[in-house]
Amino acid sequence: MATLLDVQNLEKSFGVLRAVDHIDFAVEVGTFHGLIGPNGSGKSTLLKAIAGAHFADAGSITFDGRDITRATPWERARAGLSLKFQITAVLPELSVYDNVLLVTQAGQDLWSLLRSRTRRRLDAEIMDLLARFRLADQAERLARELSHGQQQWLEIAMALALKPKLLLLDEPTGGMSPEERRVTGELLAPIRAQCSLVIVEHDLDFIRDICDRLTVLDQGRVLDDGTVEQIQSSAKVQQVYTSRV
Amino acid sequence: MLVLALITPFALSGRTDLVTLATNVLILSMLAISFDLCWGMSGIMSFGQALFFGVAGYAIALVGRDLEFSHIWGTLPLAMLVGLVLAGLFAVFLLLGRKTPTVIFVALGTLTGSYAAERLVSGWQYVGAGNGLSSVKLLQLGSYEFVEGIEFYFLALITLCAVYLGARQITRSQLGLVLAGMRQNEERLAFFGYRVQLFKALIFSIAGMIAGLAGALYSYHQGFIGPGNMGPGLSTTAVLYCLFGGAGTLIGPVIGTAMVEVITYTLADLQSVKQFWPVILGLVLLAVVMFQPKGILGLIVSDRERIGSFGLRQRKDD
Repeated sequence: MATLLDVQNLEKSFGVLRAVDHIDFAVEVGTFHGLIGPNGSGKSTLLKAIAGAHFADAGSITFDGRDITRATPWERARAGLSLKFQITAVLPELSVYDNVLLVTQAGQDLWSLLRSRTRRRLDAEIMDLLARFRLADQAERLARELSHGQQQWLEIAMALALKPKLLLLDEPTGGMSPEERRVTGELLAPIRAQCSLVIVEHDLDFIRDICDRLTVLDQGRVLDDGTVEQIQSSAKVQQVYTSRV
Repeated sequence: MLVLALITPFALSGRTDLVTLATNVLILSMLAISFDLCWGMSGIMSFGQALFFGVAGYAIALVGRDLEFSHIWGTLPLAMLVGLVLAGLFAVFLLLGRKTPTVIFVALGTLTGSYAAERLVSGWQYVGAGNGLSSVKLLQLGSYEFVEGIEFYFLALITLCAVYLGARQITRSQLGLVLAGMRQNEERLAFFGYRVQLFKALIFSIAGMIAGLAGALYSYHQGFIGPGNMGPGLSTTAVLYCLFGGAGTLIGPVIGTAMVEVITYTLADLQSVKQFWPVILGLVLLAVVMFQPKGILGLIVSDRERIGSFGLRQRKDD
């Protein structure tokens, strides 16, 4: 299977704190890859470094055969990387529909945007996406009026609207009820046909159900890496989780 | 409002001073709209909008004086070009860096530009130094010359309508959706693939072009342009017009300009108030920012109406 994302020897520090410490991490095309680990293990920092929210201090990131280590966030987004932040960052004063339209129309030239040339053409695509995430009947509401769970779904829908090759989800079920978590799992399953996925999540049952491979981080380093079954039987991982979680 | 604007000069036809005041309101409204495009629509705090207004005003005054040229088809586009290029240059320095510039950085950068230009012009004899340029050559359309009065009023009104409609086209289009998103969370937009700084530079330049057009009309209408027309004083007043009327609405700045200018004119005869008027204006600005940040229009227009809808409503209307 071809490698879509290849992170080599990545380092990222904040002052004296080394959040990501010489990490090697790879994602194959078509896989759902989980990143787990205790709080402060560097999961979100690694995800942000891949998406361009943080620039790495050292190491390299190759995506789809291209070195993106120093690329800006918008360049990475156009290359096919899409990030859903841990803290929901929908645009609160825009309608649900306009939030998705904003992402769907990204990449168009200025003249096309000024003439609103694609507004009509994109409508079916937007409504289809909203329907998939159970938000079609909320389309006209302002994003800030949605419940927390719905805002999370909207943000995942927005991340998917970019038609990414690799979707990065940082705690997509954070703050959700058990029922909302179950539904989120159902909503994510069909995207396997569209793109690969890297997901950071604390809910181990959730991540076990949807991921093919897991990478476990601890104190900024890779503790273990393998299939879900391999990680479940890993003595190193069990030791970390039983001692700290 | 358009009907009111159309009958105003006829209702005031016996009072040339009031027609002049009304024309000034229309011209300064363009300056206020240019600031609204920056701040209200795109989140760019331009505290030096008068710079583009004043420099363009000087440019057409010099072309009239030195080249004996003041035809409308040449000078107004020239003024727009001057505003566009100057604002574009500022955008390169202030907005196109690798890191996202802060609101304070942009505000201080534009304010400094406005202040520096005022000081430079005040000491430059070629452009009249502190006295400015007076007896600006009259604006011509063929052999017709625009003098103060109803004709100039309608020229300003037509230009304001064109500016308003152009700005509205931008802000209600899919490009306007990008601006609305940029205003709310510009860092997030970068992760959608938008080159945010480029959009900011574009809007800042367009706003500079509008301010330049207003500056040229002001120069022709007053027959004078001085250092104060490009300094922090007028820049701050443009902020006041916009915030007082309601930022992010385009029409609010027009209402704000009319209210501030009419009150200023009314109080100008009262010597006891006149000397304190700048202080009072400053306090009004402070009160608006603290207690009614959405301006006068915010009292009657909801957030939803102010921001508008870019997709679904359009879809239903189709």
